[in-house]
Amino acid sequence: MVKGDPTLLMKLRQYQVAGRKFPSDTDPNPVIYRMRIFATDEIRAKSRFWYFTKRLNKIKTAHGEIVSVEEIVEKNTDHVKTYGISIRYETRNGITNMYREYRDTSLCGAVGRMYQDMAGRHRARAETIHIISTTALNVSSKVKRSNTAQFYNSKIRFPLLHETVRAPCKSLRSVFVSGRPLTRSH
Amino acid sequence: MAHARFVEIGRVAYVNFGPEKGKLCVIIDVVDNKRALVDGPSTGVARQQMPFSRISLTEFVLPVKRNQMSSNVAKIFDSHEVVKKWNSSTAGKHIEHSLRRANLTDFERFKLMIAQKKKSSALKKELKKLTVKH
Repeated sequence: MVKGDPTLLMKLRQYQVAGRKFPSDTDPNPVIYRMRIFATDEIRAKSRFWYFTKRLNKIKTAHGEIVSVEEIVEKNTDHVKTYGISIRYETRNGITNMYREYRDTSLCGAVGRMYQDMAGRHRARAETIHIISTTALNVSSKVKRSNTAQFYNSKIRFPLLHETVRAPCKSLRSVFVSGRPLTRSH
Repeated sequence: MAHARFVEIGRVAYVNFGPEKGKLCVIIDVVDNKRALVDGPSTGVARQQMPFSRISLTEFVLPVKRNQMSSNVAKIFDSHEVVKKWNSSTAGKHIEHSLRRANLTDFERFKLMIAQKKKSSALKKELKKLTVKH
């Protein structure tokens, strides 16, 4: 079970969805297509599965059935991993491919962060993003982005140079305070 | 910068915001420039990601390895008596005093007011003695 503050946890889950065309006289054992889908729940996962299957395999929802939907649970969320995610998304003028890297304790966390990142940096909405592949980068030489590589360091050490002073909870916030905050680190 | 405390593996941090507020934890790994992976098995903090904005770095660093098992982190934490050291440190005492102040009863607040009045009147008397009369 993933522990921690629920407001900080990613809501995305990973599902393995398998589906096929309805069996018919001409095709009694149709091919089963399997996909790994990132979605907040099973229903969305199934819907997204059909979206891709329609485009890639020419099977409509009305002509096919879902054989299985299983959640793929992250084996170990106790340590941080670096993930490389290849995506294809629609820009205002066309379609682009991208490769992005994220560090997180779970793949779903990294994918969720990717969606947020794409929305913030490129104004790309989640519907327009197709995840082509995801890889866990286990070797530091495979990490391409210098921003991610600098944190892939067993001897990481840096100071927090600017601290934002914040009330410990909302109820203790005050509009006016007597003194200026101290933002330097100790 | 000379006296800055560093985010490093083994740094003991005090959680100052969120559901784990008021607890000590140890930085086990760094996720990115905004989040750390912290663990506090002895103090009740589950291994989780914690943004740096929610923690204050303390002066204590433990000889914890990156991604060390929670049970071993607990052993090192307990053997270094971090909680005791924290409670006797300036920051720890300050927090303890703030908590005590927040939990005063009405009678205790009355006693505090009387004590403050006595203190200020004693100070004013001494100040008057030192002040030159015009």
